[in-house]
Amino acid sequence: MALLVQMIFNALQSGSFYALIALGYSMVYGILMLFNFAHGDIFMTGAYIGFFISTGLVSLAALGIFPLPNWLLLALTVVFAMIATSLVGIIVERVGYRPLRNAPRASAAITGLMIGIILETGNLALLGAERKNFPTFIETKTYQVMQGVTITNTRIMIVGLSILLMLGLHLFVRRTKWGMAMRAMAYDYVVVPLMGVSSNTIAVMTFAIGSALAAAAGIFYGIAYPVLDPYMGIIIGWKAFVAAILGGRGSIIGAALAGFLLGFIEIFVGYFLPSAMRDFVAYSIILIILTFRPHGFFGEPYSAQLRL
Amino acid sequence: MSLEDSTVTTKAAGMASIMTRLRHAFAQVPMLSWLLGILLAVLIEHFVGYSFAIGLGLSNVPPLLGVTIIFSRPALIPNVIVFVLLVYVLPIGGLALLSAPLMNRFAAKLISYPIFVSGLLHLALLYADLHIWATINDYRIYIARIILIAILVTLSLNVVNGYMGEFSCSHPGFMALGAYGASIFTVVCFVPNNVFGVTLLPAALGPFLFPLAIIFGGLLASFGALFVAIPSFQTRGDYLAIISLAFMFIVKSLIENLEIFGGARGFMGMPSWASLPVVFVWTVLGLLIINNFVRSTLGKALNAVRDDETAATAMTINTRRTKMVAFLFSAFWAGVAGGLLAHVISYVNPGSFGILKLSEVLAMVYLGGLNSVVGSLIGAVGLNFLMEALRSFEIYKWIVIPVLLILVMIFRPTGLVAFREFKVEDILNPKVETVKEVEHAAATD
Repeated sequence: MALLVQMIFNALQSGSFYALIALGYSMVYGILMLFNFAHGDIFMTGAYIGFFISTGLVSLAALGIFPLPNWLLLALTVVFAMIATSLVGIIVERVGYRPLRNAPRASAAITGLMIGIILETGNLALLGAERKNFPTFIETKTYQVMQGVTITNTRIMIVGLSILLMLGLHLFVRRTKWGMAMRAMAYDYVVVPLMGVSSNTIAVMTFAIGSALAAAAGIFYGIAYPVLDPYMGIIIGWKAFVAAILGGRGSIIGAALAGFLLGFIEIFVGYFLPSAMRDFVAYSIILIILTFRPHGFFGEPYSAQLRL
Repeated sequence: MSLEDSTVTTKAAGMASIMTRLRHAFAQVPMLSWLLGILLAVLIEHFVGYSFAIGLGLSNVPPLLGVTIIFSRPALIPNVIVFVLLVYVLPIGGLALLSAPLMNRFAAKLISYPIFVSGLLHLALLYADLHIWATINDYRIYIARIILIAILVTLSLNVVNGYMGEFSCSHPGFMALGAYGASIFTVVCFVPNNVFGVTLLPAALGPFLFPLAIIFGGLLASFGALFVAIPSFQTRGDYLAIISLAFMFIVKSLIENLEIFGGARGFMGMPSWASLPVVFVWTVLGLLIINNFVRSTLGKALNAVRDDETAATAMTINTRRTKMVAFLFSAFWAGVAGGLLAHVISYVNPGSFGILKLSEVLAMVYLGGLNSVVGSLIGAVGLNFLMEALRSFEIYKWIVIPVLLILVMIFRPTGLVAFREFKVEDILNPKVETVKEVEHAAATD
């Protein structure tokens, strides 16, 4: 029992990374009907931007220029990194996707893959191959929840903030005018532009929000596992992508839930089987689920009318 | 003033007429003449190339028509241009033009025999060209084999992604299955090692039974393709892309967990039996069979399934059978390519069949062009030449190539030479139809 609770706590953390990144994939899919294959590398870029902002802020604070408390530095890092990464996302949309709006979708997939490679290699070329260590803002404290179950304060913070961000996104999409425009675009991308909603503005906004969430995931990842490397986007990003599919394309709730589910699958498999088998079992489960439920948990069923 | 203008225009018109006349003359050159011209060029290079290159101040014969030198040593570009001009362009162009009337007549005579006579003659000439060109140094032998294998992979992926219109990401997985299948076959049967004990068959038989190993690898890949083909009955498009992606990851991590075959460290010990003629034969075989496949009724059924599955069903196309055959067929050739690759470098590891391999293969298909065998040839050769040319850029290579590909995608979204049929007869035929026309063409020139 204690073991189960402990594993659930562990899974919540990795699940929140997957969920935050999967949201970006799923939102872009909902609007543009294509997968942003560069999203995993936007997550990596966000983590690095967060790393630079945080080290900058920490060293400034050490010099006595901005002697702010650590939690405020962290909050500033998250906000600035989200803004900067959303700019990266906007550039990616502008360069890689907008010129191909009317091209076959496979071509857009290729540009996405290529932009991902450019981001990875650019990072490798600019910063070198050695891994970066994320600065520690918060001293890790370990709490004993019950017999044999421990949880750290960073873990609570990461899971809490992730859920807050997801709730914020949910409210934004459901309660604001912009959110309504996004939902309308997802519903019908042909007619809605005729109603005065600019498809380009909505696309830019979607990329910006998705990238900002990926940046938040990147910083949380940096706090949880304080080592960054240029290829982290491949490992985490592709799994989050699979989670987005599993949740059902275009479904925000589905993406979030599937992200957490993927976290659980991984942790449970990792406990019962050798850790090298983790990917194998996780992907096999996904393959089986998709074979029997091809549209994911919350997606629309496949129909011949869907533009494919 | 007006006089000057008129001289300029006449000069331009003269240039244009020379260009059109040249184009007209070259349009009449049959494939046989081109191959003969290349034969002359590679023979010249074979016998005097080295000393000529030294004389021009180059350290060696430029390996790939000088593309490897363009960026690494720009100061030598003029020398390389002179070399390429004198050794390649002039002999090829000259002999092709000179021999064109004769060869047109010859090709017209050949075409009256069964087509394989002419085809085999062309292939023999092509192989002679390739062999003499490649055996100048080890680098060329290696790169020629890599490019031939890349052509095979690109063609096999084009069957699914281009002709059937699915976005399959599983080809690195098929290649891995083929590579491991073939490698394990050869090592178990012919190589004494401490894992599997004694050999099952005498090692001397090895090179002769090597095709069996390759076919075994291809069949293993086909078997793996069942896991992608069966879900493809119910779903297509994005979800099939994900299923195939998951399949690729599953194959990779499965191999990583099989400690008996080396796990993540890789598997080695295969003899390098995939020599240039072997790879050449397999690639030509694959190209011809794939080309015949996509031009057959079944190949047209693939296009029908791509364009509209419901309508295809209404036209009595068995979509399940079509998809199944396409996936298994495509996977077989990907597996063959994987097996050959493993026997070229005598080493396989699961890490090399991941996302990067996928990006590379997809890049070759989409650069060359969907739904086109010629496009696959151009994509595979072009991307490999590009990668060799940019080798001196080291890591920046992987920034330049993606940028170029993005540009190709923006300006030609389906690739450079998409939707073009590849007809073997068009290549073998004389460029002017009959002997009479040849004489007529010669008379008018």
